[in-house]
Amino acid sequence: MILVWSMGWTLLILLVVLTVVHGNPTVMVRTGSGPTVGFDQHPNSVPLGEDIQTTTEGESEVVEEVMTTGVLNPSHYPARRAATVVQHYLNTRYGSPYRWIFLSTVHSGSAEEVAEMGRKYQLALTMQEMISNVSGQCSAELFFPGGEGQSAPQVQASCEGLHQSNTTAQEEAFYQQHRTSNNLASGNNIPDSYGHVEPSMKPFWHLGGVASSFIMLRESNESTLYNMAQVANFTQLETEKDQLRFNYHVLLHEMISQEIIHWKLLVTWSPEQGVQVLQTELQPKCHHCEAPPNTTN
Amino acid sequence: LLKHLAQTLRDLDVWMEPIDLSTPVDIRVPFTSLQTVKAFLETEDIPYSVMIMDLQVMLDEEQDQMLSARAAAPRTTDDYDYSNYHDIADIYSFQDMLVAENPNLVSKIVIGQSYQGRTLNVLKFSTGGTNRPGIWLDTGIHSREWITQASGTWFAKKIVTDYGRDAALTAILDKMDIFLEIVTNPDGYYYTHNSNRMWRKTRKPNPGSSCVGTDPNRNWDAGFGELGSSGSPCSETYRGPEAHSESEVKSIVDFVKSHGNLKAFVSIHSYSQMLLYPYGYTSTPCKDQSELHDLAMKAITDLASMYGTSYRYGSTINTIYQASGTTVDWTYNQGIKYSYTFELRDTGRYGFILPANQILPTAKETWLALMAIMEHTKDNTN
Repeated sequence: MILVWSMGWTLLILLVVLTVVHGNPTVMVRTGSGPTVGFDQHPNSVPLGEDIQTTTEGESEVVEEVMTTGVLNPSHYPARRAATVVQHYLNTRYGSPYRWIFLSTVHSGSAEEVAEMGRKYQLALTMQEMISNVSGQCSAELFFPGGEGQSAPQVQASCEGLHQSNTTAQEEAFYQQHRTSNNLASGNNIPDSYGHVEPSMKPFWHLGGVASSFIMLRESNESTLYNMAQVANFTQLETEKDQLRFNYHVLLHEMISQEIIHWKLLVTWSPEQGVQVLQTELQPKCHHCEAPPNTTN
Repeated sequence: LLKHLAQTLRDLDVWMEPIDLSTPVDIRVPFTSLQTVKAFLETEDIPYSVMIMDLQVMLDEEQDQMLSARAAAPRTTDDYDYSNYHDIADIYSFQDMLVAENPNLVSKIVIGQSYQGRTLNVLKFSTGGTNRPGIWLDTGIHSREWITQASGTWFAKKIVTDYGRDAALTAILDKMDIFLEIVTNPDGYYYTHNSNRMWRKTRKPNPGSSCVGTDPNRNWDAGFGELGSSGSPCSETYRGPEAHSESEVKSIVDFVKSHGNLKAFVSIHSYSQMLLYPYGYTSTPCKDQSELHDLAMKAITDLASMYGTSYRYGSTINTIYQASGTTVDWTYNQGIKYSYTFELRDTGRYGFILPANQILPTAKETWLALMAIMEHTKDNTN
């Protein structure tokens, strides 16, 4: 499938509306307080009440990076970080229990300041679908909004060749297998400490990765690089409105801070509707897990 | 009656002979006689119960268990399973076995103790001489990066295997010594096995905080405290109260200074597939940037030749991020020119929890890069 988006500036806003209507609608709601700006909230979403406590002791380090402008070195981190954001974006659009996309190579890129609004990147990339091993060439444009507040990046991407893998049969079989609520699936530590994933757990691992991409996309900026480190656990809930439903607890690794960040997500999926993330909840860093044996506080 | 049955069906294997009327009789019944025996017992109204449905299955399982139990304790470094992850006890035993098997090539130096009192062991590979120029390799400074300790173990075995067989390695060891610290952060490593697989730092508590540990790769006295490390004990990149505050770091510092003749220093991490040279704390290019860049290119080209694994390379600050107080920035500033940081497989799909079946391929391809660096070091050392 080839996506072609107009590159014109004025159509960026149109893009927001179009993605709502397009194939894989993503309804994403962040529970609790915190600045929510524009792009990351579906116009129809209803924020749920619960406040989340995010406790962080001490200040996080301020990494003052001089933002590169002009032609980017594909080996250096600015292009790489932007390219990873494109990866997350593609997974939110096309990912499934049988389709999980990763960045393979950055071929070229450039960045420019957009006066008082943020920074725009253009990239030429190769992405790889992990299960079928099919690779595709992509061109992407991203916009990182500047200013205060946590605003999600905006991404457009067109890829060729990436969706050649025919996952329909597998997805349908998986869907049928799990839609009746006789035997609700669950699992934990995927992969385990030794990198092992039980074959029956693999689609749930992929699904966790794809669902995590919604968070990783939303949370990304030019000073972050996210990967999903592990599915801590997942539990299947009763199927509702023909959507498989799951609670997921995932560990995300943020490379620059090196932090492991815990998130809980409510995820739905069906072959037709694709992956949707209905709720996300940041988990506080587990300080009590780290209590040293003989502290006098 | 039962005795008569046993005589008739010769293939019945009586485990507990009939003694008296109140003691049960145990019989192993081959499948072919099963129906006959059951029919007989029921006809004669002798109550029975099946104790074991299928003896063979039980025997097979027991056999498997015995095999795996034996595999858990290798008696030689040839028995050791390099394609699996091991805990700290296993690796420390491995080190002692390697020394015992190769007394003329390998010795163990204890350079210090971790915060919790574990020995900090360095394997020295030497064919003689006095204070020959040396090459240092370390793995596992960040405890969750398990592919590194596993690779380090393989490197140790590789060195003893190749000495006298591989011309290039033999030439290196005839001129220089190799020092290898496999479990550079043993407290952290233990913690990743027993409490938190994702633990990175040391395990030293921080006064006034409930958060434990210092990032040993932000604790070195090179740009210490500058941008690229954190002043918060709860951060994964906490630099510590002062440079070299961690014994795991200070022990290496003391070793390097007292040795005084190291020519290369390679610190191995995961993940991202990168080969990095100084600096991380400043964007000022290091004096030997051009040579280090060219050597890095050679090294990753050799690495890729094995399985096609692609690495990026460059200075730390350009390639990954600004990081202050890092190991190789300090060693470079001490005059150890060939100072490199590796970030091994993969690029994020598995991340820190790389499957064990990638240990050998990772170790083998990385070894080619290390050989490129070591050879170049040897050729540029008097």
